[in-house]
Amino acid sequence: MGNGTVVAKLQNITKRYGAVTAVDDLTLEIQPGEILSLLGPNGAGKTTTINLLLGLARPTSGSATLFGIAPNDLNARRRVGAMLQSSVLESRARVAECVAQYAGYYPRPMRVAEALQHAGIQALAQRPVAKLSGGQRQRLMFALALCGNPEFLFLDEPTAGLDVEARRALWSALRTLAADGRTIVLTTHYLEEADALADRVVVLNRGRVIAEGAPAAIKSRVALRRIRCVTRVKAESVGQLPDVQSVVSDGSRLDIATARPESVLRELLWQDPALSDLEVTGARLEDAFMALTREQEKAA
Amino acid sequence: MNSRNATASADALITRHASGGWRGRDTAGVYLREAWFQLLNTLRMPAFVLPTLLFPVMFYLFFGVLFGHGAHGAYFLAAYGTFGVMAPGLFGFGVAVAVEREHGVLALKRVFPLPTLAYFFGRIVMSLLFALLIVILLSLMAMSLTDATLAWTGWLALGGALVAGTIPFCALGLAVGLYVSGQAAPAIINLIYLPMAFLSGLWIPIQMLPHVLQQWAVALPAYHLNQIALTLVGANGDAAALMPHVIYLAVFAIICLAVAVRGWKRVQDR
Repeated sequence: MGNGTVVAKLQNITKRYGAVTAVDDLTLEIQPGEILSLLGPNGAGKTTTINLLLGLARPTSGSATLFGIAPNDLNARRRVGAMLQSSVLESRARVAECVAQYAGYYPRPMRVAEALQHAGIQALAQRPVAKLSGGQRQRLMFALALCGNPEFLFLDEPTAGLDVEARRALWSALRTLAADGRTIVLTTHYLEEADALADRVVVLNRGRVIAEGAPAAIKSRVALRRIRCVTRVKAESVGQLPDVQSVVSDGSRLDIATARPESVLRELLWQDPALSDLEVTGARLEDAFMALTREQEKAA
Repeated sequence: MNSRNATASADALITRHASGGWRGRDTAGVYLREAWFQLLNTLRMPAFVLPTLLFPVMFYLFFGVLFGHGAHGAYFLAAYGTFGVMAPGLFGFGVAVAVEREHGVLALKRVFPLPTLAYFFGRIVMSLLFALLIVILLSLMAMSLTDATLAWTGWLALGGALVAGTIPFCALGLAVGLYVSGQAAPAIINLIYLPMAFLSGLWIPIQMLPHVLQQWAVALPAYHLNQIALTLVGANGDAAALMPHVIYLAVFAIICLAVAVRGWKRVQDR
């Protein structure tokens, strides 16, 4: 295992598709046993990062290693399981046959029933894959990812398209799998998901790491609130207030993103007692990403 | 079958639960199981199985048996045998690879520890088995319903040549399948398959085609496979040489594989 501690490593890796830079000089080390979440908006480079780690994409520059060797080496792949976002399983097989087929590629696979159980689809063992619903298919892909009993699991947006109940079930399955000491990397654009599962969150935007840390620390940095109200206070003066990340004005209506809504509101109400139509909601994650990007650009 | 039995029988297919390292025997197992699962998948696709088996049988029945009252049975066996074995290669590779590539199944298989060659091995086994089945069906019809008479060595030589003859078409299908979209693949493969069959003299004897088309037929792999088959059934005169046709088919397959390798490299970078 290479240097003994790191299970996967991206070193100064850049991936360009024509004029588009999907991943930009990214360095990332994954420690054994950790659950790492790659968080970011669409187009942030999460999937490309996973593809680079799995050897599905060739880096434009920089290097990727899995267990100290090339990611597409069979010896690395025998220790890895993955759930890809873009794969649509076109199979005439039944669910159990399909899992048996993929489990058979590994040296020490799980029993098929166990993989199905983790994915919550034991009852569908005999169902033809072609007849599965979208959510059931997603859970089959999860069963395929873990059927080889891998040390290292990659999950690209594993809960996309799942209902709330299925999502919780998958989270709990992931915790069980992680408790066996497996390393897990998952991408998501739900902060809630990263928070619920990960030991470490890496926030990506435009192919770069814009924040990294424990979920709670990231959450406090990205958990913005959105204040909407009608007021005569000008957008420019609100923008001057500390803790305000962004202000958008539409006539007399303001849309403010802030990490500390209480102090901003106190100031607003003091300046304009006639303020009306007040609404405070959780901000969109996009706002949080933009805020983090600005923060990082300022620091640079 | 309840779901417990289902998973148990699925487990039984994975024969090496025991601990211990990866051995050569395990690799052989991976190749064979992949072939088995691909065959199982293919057999459940009536849109592939029925035309692939029924078209050569129907053509042979109409033109080889009924139309000519069973005369020239060996000649038609060579022609429709060639026509028959082209399909599993062209469609089994061309259409299936294009669809699996487009749906990300190829990417998924590349992430899983399946040796790349095992995937293609599975497809080749499937094509060869279908080719064999077609040759057996047509040979049984030829033996029982026409004037075709061959020594058993003749049947073996013809069967072997036709079954092996599906390989250049696997290569051609693969080269196409790695480039075209899954939706376009069936149309494109048919546009290669049917005109090539016609122009190679598989439907109407090539001597009946306009002279200019006859000259161009030597560029087509189906023409050469048909010439080999005709020679083996004794319908091409005694002095006819096999070697030039074999060499043409080998070179053709190598060119297709070179194109396929380029396509594969392109596919490998998502």
